[in-house]
This record gives sequence, structure tokens and C-alpha cells, in this order.
Amino acid sequence: MSDTPNVLSPETVLKEMKQNGVTDVVWLPDSETNWLFLLMESEPSLRLVGVSREGHACSIAAGLSAGGRTPVILIQNTGMMESGDSIRGWLLSLEVPVVLMVGYRGYTRHGVNKDTAADYTERFLYAFGLNYYLVENDGDAERISIAFEEAQRTKRPVVVLIADEYHGFNR
Amino acid sequence: MMKIADVLEAFKPLREEAIVVPGRGGRHWVPISDNEMLDAPMGDPAMGGHAGFAFGLALAQPNKKVVLFDSEGDILMSLGMLVTIAEQKPANFYHFLLDNECYATTGGQPVPNAKNVAYDAIALGCGYPRAAAYTELDELTRDLPGILAEPGPVFTAIKVFPEVQNEPIGNRRPWQTRNRTEVMEDLRRELGPTA
Repeated sequence: MSDTPNVLSPETVLKEMKQNGVTDVVWLPDSETNWLFLLMESEPSLRLVGVSREGHACSIAAGLSAGGRTPVILIQNTGMMESGDSIRGWLLSLEVPVVLMVGYRGYTRHGVNKDTAADYTERFLYAFGLNYYLVENDGDAERISIAFEEAQRTKRPVVVLIADEYHGFNR
Repeated sequence: MMKIADVLEAFKPLREEAIVVPGRGGRHWVPISDNEMLDAPMGDPAMGGHAGFAFGLALAQPNKKVVLFDSEGDILMSLGMLVTIAEQKPANFYHFLLDNECYATTGGQPVPNAKNVAYDAIALGCGYPRAAAYTELDELTRDLPGILAEPGPVFTAIKVFPEVQNEPIGNRRPWQTRNRTEVMEDLRRELGPTA
């Protein structure tokens, strides 16, 4: 855990992944995730599967899940919105119990957004009927486990919005 | 040019215990297959995703061959997937492309630049260690045992006749014997969890 309560540390995210049995991280990096990438890369229990477009992560995760693995999808909100049909077809219709950890680009907490990525993120989730949990700092970390439990129980994708643009991940 | 069913019939005796993702060839593969529990006829969950799904299965089940029959329309929609597959190099992944040069399920309209794309060259350029292209069934049948005997990932482009469907999707006779969630449940039950 980070000593600083107001950030979400990459160590916390990694701990939550391991605690919930994640085997594969299907991901497309954004500018804030490099420290998490270095941590994940040095974690022997995780396989990192890099994609070049976020929608690819959905069908890959579905295949991993069908084959008995526990994937997590790690992308940014912009890519999540680009992935709409893949989320519909490869995750929702196949009832894949997967957590999507989504960087909430543009989130300001106060709703005074200057980035349209933030404007549409939660509207997108409502439109697709995806339940989500907001995680802003280490104190919210248990919501990540709640998301994993819910995904398994409901056989649906569940979203964790990383809502501090990974400030703790920039070191 | 070949018929899709002839390609699948040529593959069938070589299948052994491979997981088969028949892609858009599903309607031909389902009546041919004799190991339904290791088939993943997903229909069309979302275009462009069959390669990712089969690739995910291959990563999850490294001790089983995974054989995918992809389409050029799907590949074009997700060309970057080839790079991801090539980076992970799943040795158990056999990627066949059924290239009919058109969108057969929407009435047969041509895919962009349909007759001038070398998909085997694209696969090699993305980092697949082996790739080849076939237009004749006898040549494919001759080489199939070798293709499947060597480690993957390997890419095999096959020119097939368009078998165009013009009926509205809602009016088509369903070929599936299981729905998608049943296929997923059957695969999980058959394959079990992997560490």
C-alpha cells in the first residue's frame, strides 16, 4: 500500500490482481501506466498480452476465459468506447466474467470536464448496461475485489474506473 | 479456388484432439465434425474477433492444438491482432484463412482490394514465422499434414469460392446446434481450469 492515501498506487492494483487470481493482463498502455507495466512485467504469475486496439482485448479475454484462465482487461476509457461492439459480442453475449480496469481520462471529480472522453464514459457504461466501480485511491481498492466477485457471480463483465488518471503510477 | 466444405473435409482426418474455431465456416464444420465438445462455432459475436478468441484459447491451453478458420473480412477488421499473435508465438496455434474475396453473409459485396491482397505476406510481415497461400485443393491436401505437424503459429491463406447468402439474417435457417453460452460452458467443462 502507498503511504499517500490520496493516490492509487500500482502496487495496490497488482495486489488486487493477484488476490483475485488474475493470470493474464490483456492491455493497451496509456501514458499513465508505465510504472504498473514495470511491476506487472516483473510479476511471474502474470502474462501480459499487449494489443494494438482495445476491442481486440475482448475476444482474447473471451478465449482465455473459455480455456480456463482468469484474464483482466486494462485499457483507457477512450479505447473502451471504441470497443463497443466487441464488448457487446465477445463479452456480454458470451457471458464472460471479466473485469475491465479502465483509466478514466479527463475525470475531475467535480464534473467540470475539459475532456470529452470523461463526458461520455459513464454514459457509455449505462448504455451498455455495464456495472462499474469508481476507484480513486488506495482506500477504494476493495472495490476492485468486489468487481471480480461480481463478475464471477453474474457472469458479466464489470468495469473498474480508475478515476485518478493513475497519478500514483507516474513516478 | 476451393469449396469451404472440401477444405474442412481435408482437415478433418488430421484434427486429432485439436480445438477447432470454425469462424464463418461454422455452418460447414458443424455437420462435418465428430468431436463437438472441442468445437467453438461461435457464429458471429462481433466481426473481427475470431482470431482473438482462438488465440486466447491457444494461450490458455498450450498442450492442445487450436485450429482457426478465419475470414479475410474478419482479418481486415483486426489486422493488428496478427501482431499480437506473432509476439506471443503460441506454438499450438494454426491460423487458416478462408478467403472468398467478398462479404458473403451480406450478399457478396467485394472486400476492399479483394483480388490484390497477399494475406500470407501480411502475416509474415507481422511476425508469423511461417505462412503460405493455396488456391488448389490437391496442393493444400498434400501439404496439410506438414502444416499441422510443425509448431505454430502458422498462417495458411486459402482461396475459396464465395457461398453468398442473400436472405435477411433473421430469415436464415440456423445451423447452430448450441447457443454461444452453451459452447462456452462446454469448452470450460471439457478443458477445465488452467494455472
